[in-house]
Amino acid sequence: MKALVAVKRVVDYNVKVRVKADKTGVETANVKMSMNPFDEIAVEEALRLREAGIVTEVIAASLGVQQCQETIRTALAMGADRGVLVQTDVELQPLAVAKLLKAVIEKEQPDLVIIGKQAIDDDCNQTGQMLAALLGWPQATFASKIVINDGRAEVTREVDGGLETVAFKLPAVVTTDLRLNEPRYASLPNIMKAKKKPIDVTTPEQLGVDVTPRLVTLKVEEPAKRQGGVKVGSVAELVNKLKDEARVI
Amino acid sequence: MSVLVVAEHDNRALKPATLNTMTAAAEIAKAAGSDVHILVAGKDCRPVAEAAAQIAGAAKVLLADDTAYDHGIAENWAPLLVKLAAGYSHVLAPATTFGKNLMPRVAALLDVMQISDISAVELADTFVRPIYAGNALATVQSKDPIKIITVRGTAFAPAAATGANAPIEAAEATGAAGLSEFVRAELSKSERPELTSARVIISGGRGMQSGDNFHLLEKVADKLGAAVGASRAAVDAGFVPNDYQVGQTGKIVAPELYVAVGISGAIQHLAGMKDSKVIVAINKDEEAPIFQIADYGLVGDLFKILPELDEELGKRQK
Repeated sequence: MKALVAVKRVVDYNVKVRVKADKTGVETANVKMSMNPFDEIAVEEALRLREAGIVTEVIAASLGVQQCQETIRTALAMGADRGVLVQTDVELQPLAVAKLLKAVIEKEQPDLVIIGKQAIDDDCNQTGQMLAALLGWPQATFASKIVINDGRAEVTREVDGGLETVAFKLPAVVTTDLRLNEPRYASLPNIMKAKKKPIDVTTPEQLGVDVTPRLVTLKVEEPAKRQGGVKVGSVAELVNKLKDEARVI
Repeated sequence: MSVLVVAEHDNRALKPATLNTMTAAAEIAKAAGSDVHILVAGKDCRPVAEAAAQIAGAAKVLLADDTAYDHGIAENWAPLLVKLAAGYSHVLAPATTFGKNLMPRVAALLDVMQISDISAVELADTFVRPIYAGNALATVQSKDPIKIITVRGTAFAPAAATGANAPIEAAEATGAAGLSEFVRAELSKSERPELTSARVIISGGRGMQSGDNFHLLEKVADKLGAAVGASRAAVDAGFVPNDYQVGQTGKIVAPELYVAVGISGAIQHLAGMKDSKVIVAINKDEEAPIFQIADYGLVGDLFKILPELDEELGKRQK
């Protein structure tokens, strides 16, 4: 069975983002871009399922500007078999991404779709759930463990109070949480090999999907800065301050 | 048209985040000149509907009682919400794992974009939401006919749990979708308060060095009536389970007092706690970024400081 992973190109998690002076967004020019960390976990999980003989082919899809090819190459260097790029310069919001992925999935017919639970740029946490809805498939969000047997999956999910396990028949959409696995680094030979792996390029128009944004960003601002306070010299002084000055204990 | 709040509960009691969501809904209803209804869906959950009917600002409670709605299975809940949404201008749920799992599924079926994790209501169609781990705040306007929204609980004060006496109306169940089944839950059992509603939180980071050492934190937590949290580094290192995690990808908290112990202060951790009223940092590295946002900093060895703190608090309680 085929697995499809979706990988988003985002500002690298180590970059301290700066809001643009004109308040239209955050500075992304000359900023290091990387694969969304939760999508790396998705790629890793698909590769492990292939190594376990459950998945036969791993397809990495990315959507957006031409440079998303680099993000796909990263997935290919980790070990994915081939890539699909849906190229557009239009700002893609989760609903549009879900519609585009649905169109790709109808063509590729994977039985399992794994994607990150959240992108660290817009922090939306929507795409996987939306995609499952549009396909009419089961969804297992925030996965920390995936077990697949005879076309059925049992997924353990990270929920607020602890863990929850759900079971369903494939095909399905799974979104990854932190503890699902630890993604591998791509080795140099694999990075070289990845350059020869195929990437199909298509567009929203070719897929017949309207990607017009539904949310208009009116402005982007920096949050109020928190002022640092004082250093205290001892535990007793700390407790005094908390009691008498801050009055929180 | 009214605003609908999706209540989160365990069939016995409302989760506190429902009250914060109610406040956001009331602000929207005020801007739109309408009122707020609450949906309680679950199994044998009438007591929850009765509690919801008392929440200040509730004009009506819809009760959908059916086995299909047990355990919050999104595949079963989504058709119910899609059906009900036709009669509402906005549908809101808390941005908890329950709301985050459910609402995008509803939004996609309605062909609308969700507005995730709002932290302020500007107008009935315009909201503020944090992006980039809270390092920027985006003001967004929705052009969709129905607004599907999740609410950041810490950004809105809880509505009063009593004060109203709203009528309870039965909502027709839509049945099970037959797509997914609940197998089991392994919920952390703790006598301590829940992280997202605790008045005081004490969190440990990589500096704790092991999961066993968290008992040092727990002793202090018990003196303070605090919940225990952790940084992503501590969760990654396997010291504690993921449901302890405070941060961009974990829980967002804003208690009266947040004590960060052995936590350096990575951006993604600060994103989850920087709105706390008072922040205390205990760290041996005086250059740690956490000190830049802490109201009170104590530089030193946490393995010495925590027992001292425990003793000091104990002395004062006598």
